[in-house]
Amino acid sequence: MKNTLLVILLASIISACASSHVKEQPKPAETVTAPKQEAPAVKENNQEATSSSASQNTLEVNPLTDPSNILSKRSVYFDFDKYEIKPEFRDLIEAHAKYLNSHPALSVRIEGNADERGSREYNLALGQERAVSVRKALNLLGVSDKQIETVSNGKEKPKASGHDEASWAENRRSDIFYPGE
Amino acid sequence: MKNIRFIITLVILMLPRLVWGELTIEVVGGAAQQIPIAVVPFSQPNNQADNIATVIGADLRRSGFFRVLETRGVANQPHNLTEVKYSDWANIQSQALTIGSVESLPGNRLRVSFRLLDVLKQNQLAALEFNISPSQQRTTAHRIADIIYEKLTGEKGVFSTRIAYITKANGRYSLQVADADGFNPQTVVSSKEPLISPSWSPDGTKLAYVSFEKKKPVIFIQSLVSGQRYVLANFKGNNSAPSWSPDGNRLAIVLTYSANSQVYTINSDGTGLKQLTSSNGIDTEPVWSPDGSLIYFTSNRGGGPQIYKVSSASGDVKRVTFEGSYNVTPRISPDGKLLAFIKQGPDGFHVAVQDLNSGQVQVLSDTSQDESPSFAPNGRMIIYATNIGGKGSLAAVSADGRVKQRLSDTLGDVREPAWGSASN
Repeated sequence: MKNTLLVILLASIISACASSHVKEQPKPAETVTAPKQEAPAVKENNQEATSSSASQNTLEVNPLTDPSNILSKRSVYFDFDKYEIKPEFRDLIEAHAKYLNSHPALSVRIEGNADERGSREYNLALGQERAVSVRKALNLLGVSDKQIETVSNGKEKPKASGHDEASWAENRRSDIFYPGE
Repeated sequence: MKNIRFIITLVILMLPRLVWGELTIEVVGGAAQQIPIAVVPFSQPNNQADNIATVIGADLRRSGFFRVLETRGVANQPHNLTEVKYSDWANIQSQALTIGSVESLPGNRLRVSFRLLDVLKQNQLAALEFNISPSQQRTTAHRIADIIYEKLTGEKGVFSTRIAYITKANGRYSLQVADADGFNPQTVVSSKEPLISPSWSPDGTKLAYVSFEKKKPVIFIQSLVSGQRYVLANFKGNNSAPSWSPDGNRLAIVLTYSANSQVYTINSDGTGLKQLTSSNGIDTEPVWSPDGSLIYFTSNRGGGPQIYKVSSASGDVKRVTFEGSYNVTPRISPDGKLLAFIKQGPDGFHVAVQDLNSGQVQVLSDTSQDESPSFAPNGRMIIYATNIGGKGSLAAVSADGRVKQRLSDTLGDVREPAWGSASN
């Protein structure tokens, strides 16, 4: 019994030594916080957007966040293992294309996602294709590639955490993010 | 005073061990013919309790290929050859017998002696002595188990190997390396952003993996000896799915550098990038054949995802899987004869194998959310990730589907297993 304890203790010391080596590495892979410098620029852009719409509307509403404006809708949904854009999302994409064309200084980030089924790497590629599909649709409507960044989260950052068709459907998605979002 | 400092230091350094429980392994099946073996507790200096025979017995039992017999009922417990009465062991239907002793040597060293005996033929199959430090008893027990396994099954044991895997708990991802029996888990790297796709260098000294810490997938290579790491690939777009070439000089990786996900090769120092596949769809999950001549990968060029192979010299591509509409994550057995992969069936995703000569496919797992198969270095077992009771867990299945194991961590999800070579 005593001996078992000793062995466990010794094993702990060995492993502890090993983990201390890992700790001593110059830059352990602690999470790097996102660069914050985008935030101020974002506010300016948003104000610009708000004031331009305000000149027409007199109400100071940001069209990107106004629930009655189609621009507040940002998600394009896909079928399982597919990345073709379905016809019901044409209006949404056209509205964002129009907005980006009228605000050439603005840029968007499109994040593609996948549901939890299947392999992580294949879903990473699938998420990328879903983001690229939205980019290409915007390109066809005149938006420059310089205004678009595509990112894939694969199935690593699910919005819905369930394990049913409703959650899967929610997670097969590309989201359009404007600066600061 | 000195003692207190020692204790405090020990507690702090032990934190990763406290946070991460050891994996416990449960065997849920067995080989058709299990070899009955008796492992007599080793004699220890000053009559201390023996742990070596316990570890050997647990290793052999877990493999599914042995029935480890209860020995306490046998009055005469031999520790050396002259003490062995073969009839005692024939009486409990043992085919093989392991005996041994641990003796103190000067300078805080131990001498571990062991013998493996054939009970029916009454002869010796193996005998070895190890001069070790007290902390090496567990490692030594694994080596002895490897020798027993090899002598009695004709195949190399994998009890001295290590497994890399990723845990997720409390919003933190952690790449861990543990002994094949789940003991001794070590944190290689941890992050708030996802970590995926660990891949062992062939010599077992380095891991390549994908980290999202730069807000997009980037491939790192980290030394397990020094803990130092460097970026292998951080090109525009995604950098993912690293796989080492058998000689350890190059890696196959996947980039979206030009557009869609395509397979590239790159030197392990990050130079010499070459595009290997070109399709209009997704090409990903590359893995080398053991002879380095072929790279197997997943592609949806024919519609749904299927497994293809490309010649690393000529670039010629051939389709490999044809059954079903979703086959992903190819892995090749160490002898190059079997393809393990994930196959979608009517009731979910399973580990399957395909005989690369005959093309015959066999579904191995009875779990239904399977991912990331990885062959043991001897090709006998395939470890994989699945979901058990709503939790990400690891499981293993023998390449013939008979032996099944479940590995669970006490905390959080476990996923992305990669079976490495023997530790040094």
